[in-house]
Amino acid sequence: MITIAVGEADFDVAARLAELEAMGGGAVASFTGIVRGDGGLIALELEHYPAMTHEALTRLAEDAARRWPLLGIVLIHRVGRMAPGERIVFVGTASSHRAAALDACHFLIDWLKTEAPFWKKEHRADGSTWVEARTADDAARDRWIRD
Amino acid sequence: MAIDFVYFAWVREAIGHDAERLDPPADALTVAAVIDWLSGLSDGHKRAFFDRSRIRAAIDQVFAPLDAPVAGAREIAFFPPVTGG
Repeated sequence: MITIAVGEADFDVAARLAELEAMGGGAVASFTGIVRGDGGLIALELEHYPAMTHEALTRLAEDAARRWPLLGIVLIHRVGRMAPGERIVFVGTASSHRAAALDACHFLIDWLKTEAPFWKKEHRADGSTWVEARTADDAARDRWIRD
Repeated sequence: MAIDFVYFAWVREAIGHDAERLDPPADALTVAAVIDWLSGLSDGHKRAFFDRSRIRAAIDQVFAPLDAPVAGAREIAFFPPVTGG
């Protein structure tokens, strides 16, 4: 079962994990991304491409479901303005075994960073800047490309 | 044939609006050729598309390389490399 959510509202990690735990497998893995406050960050603003985002995340989840024997996938991404310390993204997976749950979770966050239409803008006291894409993120994604 | 163009992040800011419906010339066959044409529309468009290496595109909500054909496209999006997660 694939659950995708994109919106401004915060989410309840415990409730999401409980849903995954109830899917009957022996393993649940998750990743939660939090807004970092480095360099005097006041707020992070997330823009997305609403007509494309849900479909892009669904394709990612379907790809993970083809690669690993998963019972459930939850992908949540917030948009709008967030303060340091707030949750921004959640990836959760349920499987019968830990390797599938952990690997699929890692795959999903690496691919989400480079394959879903989101853009971050950082607001600081001295101005605002768009975050540049990092080649390290491309390298992390490429580790999952099979020959 | 009119195409809906949509812009995000600093591409949107440089152009000054987030969407416009335009009718590119018939000889603009690829995304790159459409960019060439768009660049001539205003200073903002020119600034947005100045560095092609930093431009990504999607045709009808699917990522597309700059050499992709645009025949039949209803919506073309331009934006910087994505930075979610």
